[in-house]
Order: sequence, then C-alpha cells, then structure tokens
Amino acid sequence: MSQSPLVSSESGRRYPDKPSQVYLLGTCLVDSFYPQAGMDAIEVIRAQGVEVVFPQSQTCCGQPAYNSGYEDEARDVARQQLEAFAKDIPVVVMMGSCAGMVHQEYPDLFAGYPEEAAAKALAARTYEFTEFMVSVLNVSLEDKGQTTKAALHTSCSSRRGMKVAQQHKALLGELSGVRVVEPERVTECCGFGGTFAVKQPAISAAMADDKARYMAATDADVIVSADCGCLMNIGGTLDELARKGECKSIPTEHIASFVRRRLEGAEGTKEGQS
Amino acid sequence: MSNNPQFIELKSVVDQEEHDFADMQQRHFKVRAQMALENDTLRKSFRGASDFLMGKRKAVFPDSDELEALRDRGEAARQRSLSKLPELLEQLERSLTANGVHVHWAETAEQANDVIHKILERRNARTVVKGKSMVSEEIELNHYLEQHGIECLESDMGEYLVQLGKETPSHIIMPAIHKNKEQIARLMHTRATTPDGEAVPYTEDVDDLIGNARAILREKFRTADAGISGVNMAIAETGTLLLVENEGNGRMCTTVPPVHIAITGIEKVVEKLTDVPELLTLLPRSATGQIITTYVNMISGPRKEGELDGPDEVHLVLLDNGRSRMFNHPELKQTLQCIRCGACMNHCPVYARVGGHAYGSTYPGPIGQVVTPQLSSAGGLAENGDMINACSLNGACGEACPVRIPLPDLIRNLRAEAVKPHRNVGVGDERVPGAGTQRHLTEALIWKGWSTVHKVPFLYRFSTNALAMGRGLMPSKIGPWTETRSTPKPAAKNLHQLARAAGIPDQPDD
Repeated sequence: MSQSPLVSSESGRRYPDKPSQVYLLGTCLVDSFYPQAGMDAIEVIRAQGVEVVFPQSQTCCGQPAYNSGYEDEARDVARQQLEAFAKDIPVVVMMGSCAGMVHQEYPDLFAGYPEEAAAKALAARTYEFTEFMVSVLNVSLEDKGQTTKAALHTSCSSRRGMKVAQQHKALLGELSGVRVVEPERVTECCGFGGTFAVKQPAISAAMADDKARYMAATDADVIVSADCGCLMNIGGTLDELARKGECKSIPTEHIASFVRRRLEGAEGTKEGQS
Repeated sequence: MSNNPQFIELKSVVDQEEHDFADMQQRHFKVRAQMALENDTLRKSFRGASDFLMGKRKAVFPDSDELEALRDRGEAARQRSLSKLPELLEQLERSLTANGVHVHWAETAEQANDVIHKILERRNARTVVKGKSMVSEEIELNHYLEQHGIECLESDMGEYLVQLGKETPSHIIMPAIHKNKEQIARLMHTRATTPDGEAVPYTEDVDDLIGNARAILREKFRTADAGISGVNMAIAETGTLLLVENEGNGRMCTTVPPVHIAITGIEKVVEKLTDVPELLTLLPRSATGQIITTYVNMISGPRKEGELDGPDEVHLVLLDNGRSRMFNHPELKQTLQCIRCGACMNHCPVYARVGGHAYGSTYPGPIGQVVTPQLSSAGGLAENGDMINACSLNGACGEACPVRIPLPDLIRNLRAEAVKPHRNVGVGDERVPGAGTQRHLTEALIWKGWSTVHKVPFLYRFSTNALAMGRGLMPSKIGPWTETRSTPKPAAKNLHQLARAAGIPDQPDD
C-alpha cells in the first residue's frame, strides 16, 4: 500500500512514497569519527523494510571548500558525489549540514556547468536522516529503552537550512520512554561552523562555551543531534569544562545511534566523543 | 567643580575608555575580537541588548505566517525599486528639483564631504546639528568638517554620547548600546557642559540623563547654522525625503536651522508613496520592535512663502561609494535591498559576543560584513578579509532580515571573491575591490590537495584508512580546537570499512 505524498509545513517540500532502496551518504565526518552512527542508520532504515546502498566511491560533499570560497575545489569534489549517487533513488544524508549542501547548494554550484541537470536531480532526491524517517517513511517506532532524558541539539543547517527541526522532534517523539529537553537559547549556533572554528577560534570557543553550559543545565542523560560537527564541538567543550570541574559532562550521540539503541533496548552510548 | 576629586577620578576613567577605544581600533580584527570577548561589561551589554531587541521584535510579529508574507512584500518592494534604480534616481532628481530641493551626486566619500562643506561655506555656517545618519559615518563627515573648522554636533542621544566619548557607533540603530548606565553617567558628567558652561551634575537616573542632554541640545538646535540628516527612503514620484526617528531631534535638525542637508546612499530610492507603507511596517518592527516610530518626517522641500517653519534651503546628497558596483554584480546586488534596520546584528551570535567595534567598520554585524568590503572607501577585501570569516553561516541573520537579503549566501560569495584565482580577477567593473587578495599560497595549496584527495575515491579511502590505523598517533593537541575542547579521535574502522565488512551493497539493484 503506498502512502500519499506528505508535504512539510516548514519547507513546503513534497515527499515521495516509501522507496524500496536508498543510498546512504555517510559524510566524511561520520566516516572517520562517528562510523557506528552510519551503521546504526543503515540498520534503522533496513528495519523499515528499505534496502540501503552505501557507495564505496563516496567521499565528501565539498562543503568545507565551498564555505571557504574555494568553489572550483568544492565543485571537483561534488562532481565525484554526482557519480557516486547517480541512480535515481533517494539519498539519505547523515548530517543536516551536508544534506543542505547537496539539496540547496549543488544546483547553484553547478549552474551553467554540464552537470547542472544531474546536480538538480540529486538535490531533489536528497533527504536528511530524520526527514527521511519521518516525512518519507512516516515511521512508527517501538521504544524498548528505559526512561531517559535526551537534550536535542538541532543544528543551524538542520533548522534553517533543511528546515527539519520538526522532523528531529517528531522522530524522538516516537520514542515513548524518552523525555526530550532543549537547552536555553535553543536556536543559537553552537559555534562550530566548519572552517569558522578554525579561522576564528576565539569566537567559536566563546559560543561553544555558552552552548555547553546551557546543555549541562538541562541535566540530560544524553545529547542527541543529527550533526556530528556540533556534537564534536559541544561534547568536546563539555568534556573540557567537566575536566576543570565546572559542570558535569554528558555523552553525545548521533540521533541514528540513539534511535537504534532505543529500538534494541540497549544501554549506554556505543561511541561518540565522550 | 572640575577641581573636585570625584570629578577628576571620573574623568580619568572616561579618558582611559577613550584611550582604550583608540587603541582597540588600531589592532587587527582578531585582536579586537579577543579584546571584546575578554571584556565582561561589554559582553553583558551586547548580550542584554540582543536579547531585549530580539524579544521586542518577536512580540510585534506574533504570527509567523503574517511575518513571512510581510517579508515577501518587503523584499518585492525593494527589488521593484532596485530593478529600475537608474530611472528612479533620475525621476527623484526631477521631482526634488521641482520641489525646490538641490540635488547633488557624489561618487566618492571625498566628493560627498566636499559638496557638503561647500554648501556650508557658502552659507557661512560654523555650527551644524546632525540627526542620525550612518552614511555620514560612512564618509566620516564630522571629522572632515571639524578639520575645516565647522562644529558638528550629533543630536541623536546615542550618537551624542558616542561623540562625547570620541568613539564610533557600535550598532547602526543604537550607536551607544555598548555603554552601560554608569559609563554614560560618567561621560555626561565629565564631558558635557550645560548651556551656562557648567559641568552636568552626576546622575545615573536615565530620565535625568536624557533631560540634561535635551537642555544642552535645545540650545544648539536654536542657534545652529545648518542641520544635517540621513534619509530612510527617498520617494521618486513625489520628491519626498522620509526620515524615521524617536527623539524628535531629526525633526529639529531638519526644520529649525536655516539650511537642511540630507545625505543618503543611492539605493534608498523607492518609486511611489504606496511603496512606503509595507517598508515602514517592517522597518521599526524589525529594528526596535516598535509598531511605528515616534516621529515620521516627510520632507518635500524648503519653507514656502507664508509657512512658519522649515529651512529656506534644502539639499540632498546622493552617495555612490561603491553602490553602482554592487548594483552591477549579479550575486551581490541584493546587498542594496537593505533598509538598515539592524535586525541581522541583533540576531547574530557573533555580534552578540564581540559587539560592533570589533568589526572596525561603520556598519558592523552581518550586513556590515557584506557592505563594508564592497564600499569604495573601506579598503575592500584586502583590508576586510578577516571580517568575512567571522561568521559561522548559521543563518540567523538571513532568517531575521525583513527584506530577505540572503546574508549568509552573500558572505560566502564574498569569501569566494576574496580567494578568487588571480587569473579570474581584474576584468569587468562588477568585481569587489580587493578580489583575490585573500588567496594565499599555503591555503590555496591545502584546498587543492584536499580537493585532489576527495575527488579520487581511492585516495580518499587510502587516507581515511590511514587515519583510522594511525588513530593512536593522533596528537593530543590540535591547534586552538583543543584549547577549550577534548581531542576528537578517529574510529578504529571507518564507515567505508564497516559497511564493506557488513556486506552493505555498494550499488543499487537495477
């Protein structure tokens, strides 16, 4: 039975019926630093009866160079992803930031280039992980975990770029044993911003410090996000604050890992920077 | 009074603040930002101001659908005007001239200063009262006129305080937002004098502070030889200069002295009076959370025969200073949509932490990052390269902008201009000044290398596998990142390896 296409109230995006197979765009950060989150996403999607394809030829979406102004270099890397994800099936992206790069920026990046049509087509079938789970699959989940308090960090690219803050919440809302809390100044940037953290370290650290303290104040058991750059930034800052005895540290987890753990009733975080 | 020990002590504090400001402005962007981050008083002032203004704005836009519809109309109104900018400017000149207003064109800041100076000289004007005008800050008019022996007094309360402190505005709407009540009390007491030549009594009472400034300014309005103001919108059809303000000082400056000189950027022209309501609905709401400003001045010429009020001479100086170049740039044209409400800086998490002075430019915050490198008078990308990197591209500014300027896109676009390969620089008038100047060999090589590795899957897998294998060799400190954060550690097996080991298909079924 096919579902009727859903429309997001925030992004106005129309969603397709449930596909039989999807690509997973792991992102370079997940690839090297949070690979288990990628495997967890694969399992969670498969459990919904959707086959997951992971092209070994995928690398990075190109965003670091693009945001730094190096458009030619970004385009060369993005072109490789057009090839890696060439078949006409949906692409599920592990991070809101990289999803935004493909979904929103690729058409601009390739405007006037021979790959323009391919870039537009890829952009149109690219979804952020929670967006895919909630708006395409319309999942209903059985939470087997113990009652817990999870602080949700919605990245700026998920919130303002992909406009999937609702889907983040809705996915966690499927988990009956999870109480979702949000920190003070929930919509404020954590200070990661990719190369921003490298080029303006002092400002980035000041922003991360505030965000980490607001997170600590939620007294949550875990911090969950669909963007690993933010997790690395917030979790890393919390660790350092905890080391100095300024607040307690809280483990961080990609939302896919958190969901999988809840579905399996497993305890404790599997990986993460904490 | 000036000999009393308390006065001397307070004066030394104020003098020190002036010295600190001058010192800060000499420094490099990163040093200025660092100094601001370490100044708790300053951070509290800006955080408090941002919270207050964001709250006020939210309260006057309770319905998000309505807000988005309004933003659509605001954007359309600005784009409509910009789409026929050259024609509208000609029409504006005709209408204003017909109304008896003298129109002057200034391509550069120097020309604008010179035009204004000549008008004042011809009228033998020695004292000027000024309403708030960011364009006059952009061309450093006060400084220019003072060098030519003309006293220029700022009459907007915030601008007045900034002038007393020998500083520059830290916000385009609230120039003295970086100062707290105690600082203002000290400043007024030690630097302002009553019309009788006495020091203003020390008070931290806000009403008294304003009252004291008002008493001083009243006398200046009455006796000034000329008034200078900015313009929020210039209406081409009717030849009307629209000016919004809250203190009445704008009306004083434009009606009491015998000469009124208005100055504005060429982008402020709109076609018809009917364009005004939607922009005027957005401007005060976005700026200060007001439904309407206390004063809305619509100036359509000098005093006519039989009228009791108004100057006998009105001038408008239309400044380019790089705006034509913005107009001709395909991507950066939207810079000119700005109505100078300041909502982008109120919503910017970087601005909230470093404040306006850290930017070292007339216009701070997101719109400042976009406008400044494009102005002809501000050193271009060569001198503002760091400023455009002081943005996490979080998008809060773009979301707040009442006329939907895609500020993060424009900032990213300027970064691309800044590091543009030299072979692509130098042709056409539309280039941003200093394009390509931030392309440094080392960084360019790093991105080239990064691109090579990431466009060849084999090289990418080779390097990520090496990273996984060498995870034990990762240094425990990685530059500034680990000064305030724990060290990220690569996983023992990367996702490519895990997926392959788990037999996850590499290609879809046909």
